[in-house]
Amino acid sequence: MSWIVNAENINDADRNQVGGKGYALALLAKGGFAVPDTLCVTSETYQEYVCRTGLRERILLELNRKGFKDMRWEEIWDCATRIRNMFLRKPIPFEIEEELKKVIEAQFRGKSVVVRSSAPEEDAISASFAGLHESYVNIKGVDAILDHIRKVWASLWSDAALLYRQEIGLDVAKSSMAVVIQEIIVGDKSGVVFSKSPIDHSQGVVESVHGLNQGLVDGAVEPDRWIMDRKTNTIISHTPAQRTHWMIPDKSGVQRAALPDEIANRAPLNAEEVSRVFKLVLDAEGYFESPQDLEWTFNKKELYALQSRPITALSPTKEDDGRSWYLSLHRSFENLKALRDKIENQLIPGMIAENEKLAKVALAKLPDKQLAAEIDHRWEVNQKWTKIYWDEFIPFAHGIRLFGQVYNDMIRPDDPYAFVDLLTNTEMASLERNHLLEELAQMIRTNASLAKNLAAGQYEDLDPQFKETKDAFIGKFGDLTCTVTGGTQCEPEAASLYRILLEMAAHPPTETGKPKQGEKTALKENFLNAFEGEHRKQAAELLDLARSSYQMRDDDNIYLGRIEAQLMAAVREARQRIDDYRTGGRRRKIADELIQVAENLDDRPRFQSPYGQKPADGFVIQARQLVGQPAGPGLAKGPARVIRKTADLAEFKYGEILICDAVDPNMTFVVPLAAGVVERRGGMLIHGAIIAREYGLPCVTGIPDATVLIGNGDEVTVDGYLGIVTVGRSDL
Amino acid sequence: MDPTEEIRSRLRDLCISQKLAVVATQSGGQPYASLVAFVTSDDLRHVFFVTARTTRKFANLTKDSRVAVLINSSANRESDFHDAVSVTVTGSAEEIGDAERDHVLSLYLSKHPYLEDFAQAPSCAVIKVTTKSYYMVKNFQNVMELHIDR
Repeated sequence: MSWIVNAENINDADRNQVGGKGYALALLAKGGFAVPDTLCVTSETYQEYVCRTGLRERILLELNRKGFKDMRWEEIWDCATRIRNMFLRKPIPFEIEEELKKVIEAQFRGKSVVVRSSAPEEDAISASFAGLHESYVNIKGVDAILDHIRKVWASLWSDAALLYRQEIGLDVAKSSMAVVIQEIIVGDKSGVVFSKSPIDHSQGVVESVHGLNQGLVDGAVEPDRWIMDRKTNTIISHTPAQRTHWMIPDKSGVQRAALPDEIANRAPLNAEEVSRVFKLVLDAEGYFESPQDLEWTFNKKELYALQSRPITALSPTKEDDGRSWYLSLHRSFENLKALRDKIENQLIPGMIAENEKLAKVALAKLPDKQLAAEIDHRWEVNQKWTKIYWDEFIPFAHGIRLFGQVYNDMIRPDDPYAFVDLLTNTEMASLERNHLLEELAQMIRTNASLAKNLAAGQYEDLDPQFKETKDAFIGKFGDLTCTVTGGTQCEPEAASLYRILLEMAAHPPTETGKPKQGEKTALKENFLNAFEGEHRKQAAELLDLARSSYQMRDDDNIYLGRIEAQLMAAVREARQRIDDYRTGGRRRKIADELIQVAENLDDRPRFQSPYGQKPADGFVIQARQLVGQPAGPGLAKGPARVIRKTADLAEFKYGEILICDAVDPNMTFVVPLAAGVVERRGGMLIHGAIIAREYGLPCVTGIPDATVLIGNGDEVTVDGYLGIVTVGRSDL
Repeated sequence: MDPTEEIRSRLRDLCISQKLAVVATQSGGQPYASLVAFVTSDDLRHVFFVTARTTRKFANLTKDSRVAVLINSSANRESDFHDAVSVTVTGSAEEIGDAERDHVLSLYLSKHPYLEDFAQAPSCAVIKVTTKSYYMVKNFQNVMELHIDR
């Protein structure tokens, strides 16, 4: 088998080499169907590429950093990002490239093409990979085509593809990828047709849009839909779409554009054309001897089949295989823009208003029963916003990912996370909080008697200006011990806040780190200059969206923390009353409702207590070198401070390594004191990693059992380049 | 599975699957590495191997009993980098006494039957390494330690 073959020369034996899509196209061409000119880059070419360049083992090393099942989706996305960057940066070996160039130029000189994935696995009867691997439309010139072949190869390792393979039990080590290169047919109307409907087997479905069908396939353009009678090839019903957009070719690629009115007013197909399209799929079904799902396009009067594949799951819901969930991991730009609008103009103001409303209630004046009702109410409010947080705020983080992919595609940097530098130093709420803390610490540094009083626990006669600033701080951010998820107990006064402040005051101020403004501007220019015209404007918009997404990653939790603090304030009031009654300070009996509510709340889940290490008959295990994900470059060494419960944060000392299960932004006030950050939860874009990056600290995430395997005071080295944490000294 | 038990069971599997190990000894500060056929006790407290008394390793360990033993599953393939498990064992080596000899030799020969003549030659010594720690490396750079209290 050679590196690249013309569809006309593909035989039965080549099926594995050209993948399902390539093979079906070859058969269609042989069967006399009108198909575009097609070349197939064989899966052997892919294998040769990954072997010769060493990528095969690099990918496996990346995927085997830790057990796949131990990886969170965020870590898998990180792995996929690093792997994609390997493909982008590793050219095709000269000899193979020359051969590909020769054949591609001979076939497609001066013509635009579509570069599509055609993985042999896509053939597996039970598995449908549709949409999981990438396709690129309107690519011109042999160099650009070769470039996009590598992008299609890389899509074999996208997060969604990895997860899906894992789910259906395919061995990732055996994955391979053929690529189909087709001459582009610039259709005036296009679509997808199913010869048999999954809902009613006596029917079929035609879907059609104006322009190219790229938008239909990825959901960006809504299609008109016809339900067809299979026996008579007649229309049973027609559901018109809200026709607003279409996909049309631009200089390089395709763009979604507003549909001109005169076209929007009419359905893409007339009855005769619908019938022609449906006949095409019925013919294909007869030819392949199984129900088909076929992509087609009309160019003037000529109808082309672009690809055809068996309908894999003829069950009522296509969601059954879970693929739609994996696909939903990827949000389109348009989609994210709408989400941003909702978050910035509706949800965040909503959270602020909610917090203000709650803050106005004079808890001390509420009778017991009303206080109980208030706690219930605040619990509900808290639940409501927590759900919104998961449903709306978390998906918005995809703005960062989308930007990351576009940035890496254009710039191909050494560090696949260089793009994060373009997003940092945005004014995040937790940084604002940390600046206020630093201000308080500075007051202690310059006021010896204040420092003395605080250290001695004498809080009565504190400096008035300090007190005022502190009260303002607590009013805005809580007293640090109460605002953390699950903490239903608060320390009296602001003792733990003072402890942290004293520790900060004992050391020089920490500044948020890199990059310097000049470098950042250069990075930005460099990024934007990679685009031209309309694309440059879109790139700038995407950067703006990513910055908002990055900032929101932090802010949402801070706002949520404030609402939670309101709940806790009501709980504290209840506990105070119960205590007073039990210690005789209050005579009136406490209402049962209040006791019930206050005590019931203790059952809420809190920090999980990690299981301890039990020595088994004289054998003791100890972690030496733990591998996670590199999340902030740098190397740091120091004693470990393991955070198992909120109160541990108050013990944090300057120069310690923060070891925790999952940092939420409400906890990140200790980060300026830390020398490095280690987190069990994995990912480059989690809060701990984001704040560590702001302060220029080495950070490793995704260390399984970090808070169990590492003990308080253990000497720990954090290697933020390799994503490794070394525990203990080096003597045996 | 209990994490300690999990590591012990992985170590046991590796020791059973591998026939050869590298033993490191030293003389006058000069490290010296040798390939040996080995067997471990089921509880991992001992590693046994056989050596001719004329060898450099035997001379070295007679002078300084501290040794390191490297056992690994690499197969000289690219995939070793993500697939192979490697274990460094530290401990102290001595020639076994007559009381244990029959028992250990039968354990040894059940794993290495082809070495019968060699193992039973009068010029050979059966060496017992009393293990102190196991350092297990997997997934390229993940390192866990198992220490044995005595």
